[in-house]
Amino acid sequence: MPSFVIDEKCDGCKGGEKTACMYICPNDLMVLEPNLMKAYNQEPDQCWECFSCVKICPTQAIEVRGYSDFVPLGSSIVPMRGTEDVMWTCKFRNGLIKRFKFPIRTTPEGAANEYADLKGKDLDSGLLSTEEADGKTLTTPQT
Amino acid sequence: MALPNKPTGELLAVRDPEVEEREVDILIVGGGMAACGSAFEVKKWSGDKTVLLVDKAAMERSGAVAQGLSAINTYIGENPIEDYVKMVRNDLMGITRDDLVYDLGRHVDDSVHLFEEWGLPIWKKSPEGKSIDGQKGQELGTLKSGAAPVRTGKWQIMINGESYKCIVAEAAKKAIGEENILERVFIIKLLLDANKENTIAGAIGFSVRENKVYVIKCKAMMVACGGAVNIYMPRSQGEGKGRAWYPVWNSGSTYTMAAQVGAELTMFENRFTPARFKDGYGPVGAWFLLFKAKTLNALGENFAASDFAKSELEKYAPYGLAAVTPTCLRNHLMLAEMKAGRGPIIMDTVSALATLSETMDKKEMKHLESEAWEDFLDMTCGQANLWCAQNCEPEKKNSEVMPTEPYLLGSHSGCCGIWVSGPNEDWVPDSYKWGYNRMTTVNGLFTSGDGVGASGHKFSSGSHAEGRMAIKAACQYVRDNADFAPALKESTQELVDECYKPVRLFLDNYQYTTAVDINPNYVKPDGFAMRLMKATNEYGGGWMTYYQTSDKNLEILQDLFKDMHEDAELLGAGDLHELMRCWEMKHRLWTVESHCRHIYFRKESRYPGFYYKSDFPGTDDENWFCFTNSKYDPATGEWEMKKVDYIKIIPD
Repeated sequence: MPSFVIDEKCDGCKGGEKTACMYICPNDLMVLEPNLMKAYNQEPDQCWECFSCVKICPTQAIEVRGYSDFVPLGSSIVPMRGTEDVMWTCKFRNGLIKRFKFPIRTTPEGAANEYADLKGKDLDSGLLSTEEADGKTLTTPQT
Repeated sequence: MALPNKPTGELLAVRDPEVEEREVDILIVGGGMAACGSAFEVKKWSGDKTVLLVDKAAMERSGAVAQGLSAINTYIGENPIEDYVKMVRNDLMGITRDDLVYDLGRHVDDSVHLFEEWGLPIWKKSPEGKSIDGQKGQELGTLKSGAAPVRTGKWQIMINGESYKCIVAEAAKKAIGEENILERVFIIKLLLDANKENTIAGAIGFSVRENKVYVIKCKAMMVACGGAVNIYMPRSQGEGKGRAWYPVWNSGSTYTMAAQVGAELTMFENRFTPARFKDGYGPVGAWFLLFKAKTLNALGENFAASDFAKSELEKYAPYGLAAVTPTCLRNHLMLAEMKAGRGPIIMDTVSALATLSETMDKKEMKHLESEAWEDFLDMTCGQANLWCAQNCEPEKKNSEVMPTEPYLLGSHSGCCGIWVSGPNEDWVPDSYKWGYNRMTTVNGLFTSGDGVGASGHKFSSGSHAEGRMAIKAACQYVRDNADFAPALKESTQELVDECYKPVRLFLDNYQYTTAVDINPNYVKPDGFAMRLMKATNEYGGGWMTYYQTSDKNLEILQDLFKDMHEDAELLGAGDLHELMRCWEMKHRLWTVESHCRHIYFRKESRYPGFYYKSDFPGTDDENWFCFTNSKYDPATGEWEMKKVDYIKIIPD
């Protein structure tokens, strides 16, 4: 599936600036029903199961139920995404549980260097800005 | 309460949207890896020029890398760039643009070095030859400083890539500036200049969050909004339609929008039908390359090493006999087994992990298991869930492998796309360059990533680098055409009318019936999608026919397309999400029709395993060792097909 929203846990991000799942879904699937202040997946058969909404939800209200075409019921995989790692809890249909922790980032969020002050010098050369700054020379193929 | 009948979405569309007109010097359409490359690079070169990036989603999780990746598939490192060119060329059956591939090869590592600096964890090989990931890996030094990556195959390096796109988008957004980004705006059409022939002058799009149309004028444009998915009937047709291997939101917008203003397409017969774990479409690369697993036929044979396989590969010499078998031919071998009744094809994960465990202690095995799961959890979470649901532990139970439905793309192991200029350098043949690197045959219109055809094997890192290359060239173009003042042919009202046509058609007609989805006066995009995919699957070489088609079948398909074009004008939308779907379907139709037009033109089967023509089986180097290009004339509405000479720059 399609991601689904657990009714009891979803508060429509009423305390936040934006509805997180609606903000993030790459396929514009998650929407907010403004009267009930609950989100839902408006087009489950276009869900890529990318888990972007699951990972961003501030109340852990979103999970994924496997595509009904071919996935047996009873399993789940649930991520907890922090600033440095993501922890996955994978529950098998037979009850077996496996946990995995993977690094996701080695720098603090927001710290990516965009090289704001770097201005390229030679617009006609084939070098990219950081290559030029590093003093790289452009190779040509051995023909 | 189903009645009275009414539109169902949360963000309903209105008849007359608000209109916002903008004018910038440089417009970036898209927000994926290539567009993020452009966004990072543009202000380094644009001086006082104005820039704007428009993404139909949120850059933090948009494009093909939205979910994350477990590897960077192109990192040149210690290898000669010439070897990269030869690998790409052979994988794509001999016909690629050496200039574009070489050019990409000399820049891609710079983007990878930036990713690592920005915080992407890249696995390192310890002096003892062990794989070290995350922060610990970084303590061994950066790639840029000479630390060794963990290679799986010659070109691929392993990463902890759950947040790959978030990290790359963060740098891109900071570099271009939040004030120069429009998210949730879907560009649907490019616009030519009213005065200067064959020259880009702007684009039109709409917000999927509010009833608002954007008319944007520009002097130069870089369009990169991915490839095309859900153009052929997927193997799973219920909820599983979404479980496409490539991102399901890639709707061919790059190709359609460029083609409609007259940009020449190239090698559009090429497609990619990757072999993946059945249904979940989880990656198999790490299983082959990292865990050394074999695929077996129903008889338990490693069929890829059989005499039958050898004789099949010999038919496609020299490509089939190269050290690394081209991706399409690997599919061909698998399909040959299946067609001979020796399917299903099974990935022998059990034996592979048992063999590895012979030389590993318990702790190392635990780490290995974790690596196997991370491969899925980083980039195809749904496959991990499928294994859980099937009680599949790969050390105890094998999994089936199956080729997917066809996809169109230019950045992965495929090469359909737009015909672009190579770098303006002496070693590039004259027929391959016309002034500005990565500029299409339309003045001022640039592309990168999936947009650039006849190259391929760029993947995430190469697409980022190519976005940077293209936008630098766009800055050159803007400087050289400083006095160009874009003027649109169409009035703003005409553009708004066209954009909102599906909304008005819906509003005019929906009350005629008692069910909003069933109405003789309009068609909803989801129904239209099934019609398109049924037709291409049956006649255009979908999985249903083992990817086989023929000129007779394609002629029937051409007739079906004709009706679909007429009915695409009758797409109806009650809300903004549906309006997006309507325009995506128009883009998909144009894109897959172009694909079938090219297959029809090329009287051979250039990519066995990806598609076959039953009337022209096999490759025909004597007549078809050339590029095939197509061009739509926006003035006459006619398509022209032609052969273009192939020039080998880098010898074998």
